[in-house]
Amino acid sequence: MRILLPMPTAPPLAPPALVPPERTTAPAQGAPPPPAGFDVEHLAALYRQMLLIRRVEEESARAYAEGKIGGFLHLYIGQEAVAVGAIAALRPDDYVITTYRDHGIALAKGMSVRALLAELFGKVTGCSKGLGGSMHMFDKEHHMLGGYGIVGGHIPLAAGVAFASKYRADDKVTLCFFGEGAVSIGGFHEGLGLAALWKLPIVFICENNEYAMGTPLSRSMSVEDVSLKALGYGMDRDRFFADDVLEVEHRISEAVQRAREHGTPTLVEVRTYRFRGHSMSDPAKYRTQAELDEHKKRDPLVHTREILAKAGVADARFAEIESGVEAEVADARKFAAESAEPGLDVLASSTYSGPFAY
Amino acid sequence: MTHSLRFRDALREAMIEEMDRDDRVFLMGEEVGHYQGAYKVSEGMLAKFGPRRVIDTPIAEAGFAGVGIGAAIVGLRPIVEFMTWNFSAVAFDQILNNAAKMRQMSGGQLDCPIVFRGPNASARQVGSQHSHAMEHFYAHVPGLKVVAPAFPDDAKGLLKSAIRDDNPVLVMESETLYGVKGDVPEGDVLVPLGKARIARQGTHVTIAAYSRMTHVALEAAALLESEGIAAEVIDLRSLRPLDENTLVASVERTHRLVVVHEGWPYGGVGAEVVDRVQRLAFDALAAPILRVATLDVPMPYSANLELACIPQPERVAAAVRRVVGEF
Ligand SMILES: Cc1ncc(C[n+]2csc(CCOP(=O)(O)OP(=O)(O)O)c2C)c(N)n1
Repeated sequence: MRILLPMPTAPPLAPPALVPPERTTAPAQGAPPPPAGFDVEHLAALYRQMLLIRRVEEESARAYAEGKIGGFLHLYIGQEAVAVGAIAALRPDDYVITTYRDHGIALAKGMSVRALLAELFGKVTGCSKGLGGSMHMFDKEHHMLGGYGIVGGHIPLAAGVAFASKYRADDKVTLCFFGEGAVSIGGFHEGLGLAALWKLPIVFICENNEYAMGTPLSRSMSVEDVSLKALGYGMDRDRFFADDVLEVEHRISEAVQRAREHGTPTLVEVRTYRFRGHSMSDPAKYRTQAELDEHKKRDPLVHTREILAKAGVADARFAEIESGVEAEVADARKFAAESAEPGLDVLASSTYSGPFAY
Repeated sequence: MTHSLRFRDALREAMIEEMDRDDRVFLMGEEVGHYQGAYKVSEGMLAKFGPRRVIDTPIAEAGFAGVGIGAAIVGLRPIVEFMTWNFSAVAFDQILNNAAKMRQMSGGQLDCPIVFRGPNASARQVGSQHSHAMEHFYAHVPGLKVVAPAFPDDAKGLLKSAIRDDNPVLVMESETLYGVKGDVPEGDVLVPLGKARIARQGTHVTIAAYSRMTHVALEAAALLESEGIAAEVIDLRSLRPLDENTLVASVERTHRLVVVHEGWPYGGVGAEVVDRVQRLAFDALAAPILRVATLDVPMPYSANLELACIPQPERVAAAVRRVVGEF
């Protein structure tokens, strides 16, 4: 017989600081009317960034198939509105840190396509001199503090970056991106716990793209709502879909403002979807074509384009944006292909600052 | 000018001097503040520097090791104390994958100037989970530096150098050494990383050791003296970088070498020393090099068994007698 224990008496729960807007069904077809008073030029700029990321990723996939890129390659296609919207909410001197799925985030933070593609090609002109590859996009100048390959391992680091901002009172904010797969590992909990305890200026952005490799959230977590994890840390939380880049920017801005003005962290769950497999070697057989098609109807690029068109942006303007992006990608690809490979001389000097410690 | 300090006071003096000198330096760890340090190394530092710079952490080694690394890559110079190095095992990923690789992954863009420190290896009867000699694991990793002082002056001088180094430096202390006294230079005297010290001169055999085992080696040397064997004791002080020149020069004089360390014999720092010396001083060697290490089992609790497992002066002396006599 099962004995039911009385529920322990607990102090009444304070309501969550932010009530997550639940949307469990797909949005109605077609773009909603553009938000009142949005700036068309700003949205056009965000659209260009998203398109650039999409095209760089497509080009990377092609180069991978040609054998020009080795190792792991995790594409960002489908998730562009997260990086672009979130980073639009930042100042240039704010910090960003993320996982191995880092191309889109690096580009949104200001890395040049040249530096990115050259890194993928393993060339010395790459952002990390060809030593890092796809998973390790670092750009110190743009405060892009890298992509990291151990799931959850960078989350405490992100808290440390925010700790440094608090220590120096420099009013910078750190954005830390990770997948929903990271929510099960200790680094997530230790990083969030310390950030909440010490009131650090940071926004944790969980890009919930529904799968960790082939594992859907329902098979890895006991609750469906990732943002609930914030409650145990007394942390503010938010949760929304990333179809609309302006919505992402707006919602992340609120969290960024909280971080900057009050020095408090937020956990934000952004619901998104990746259109490709986990990496180039994954044919994504764990999901159906119908499911993928359904999500593609909510492609953030298509959605944004519709809003812009409705707001009066002409075809000629789109053509101009597209040709600009194509030219940038073609130039970067040529640059990457023609750049030199790193020499053995970079090995020792990049391992230690100063003399090699042997 | 020197003054007499215990090992723990020397470490504290190093931290205080460096924190006075550089606002980017801060101390973080479990019980470092209000409790005054699990082993009282940081006693009084919270009162002196306040909670901004002496930071008590929850029990979350991976978390606060990572916080230290994150702070270091954007320009601070953290000192992260592990209550003991045993607990660094849960932060191993942070040290291995983030601290050690930061400079490489970023193509040289980001440095990671951080110090991890705390007591290492056996204490007394604390059992298998609390007696690890972790330096062997860490010295294996390119990107890290590892030091293990045996005397208060080196503790201070090496820690100061570690704090000023632009790389991650791991400082291995010993609970059993914290009370050891010695003359320590006052003020800004640094001991360079990567330089061994001749702790005792001798002509018949070289004993290489570090941390607490340097004291064991010196006791063994005293035993051997009465038997007419003059042992030279080299205190390595720094394990990565390793001062192979001092080792080789000594072996060229004595022609014999015994390496002593805590931690298991399979692989490790002792094996590394053996490899270097046999390669660099093969012709000078008159006997095989022997190692004296902790026995190849998890550390037992029982006092008699623990003593038998950890290298003792008599076991070191026995190894010396073999290399001097038998071979
Ligand atoms: C600690 C650790 N375990 C396993 C892996 C292998 N791995 C790489 S990515 C991944 C899935 C992570 O999924 P998620 O966090 O949702 O991010 P996404 O790939 O969807 O962006 C796994 C298991 C790893 N890199 N690190």
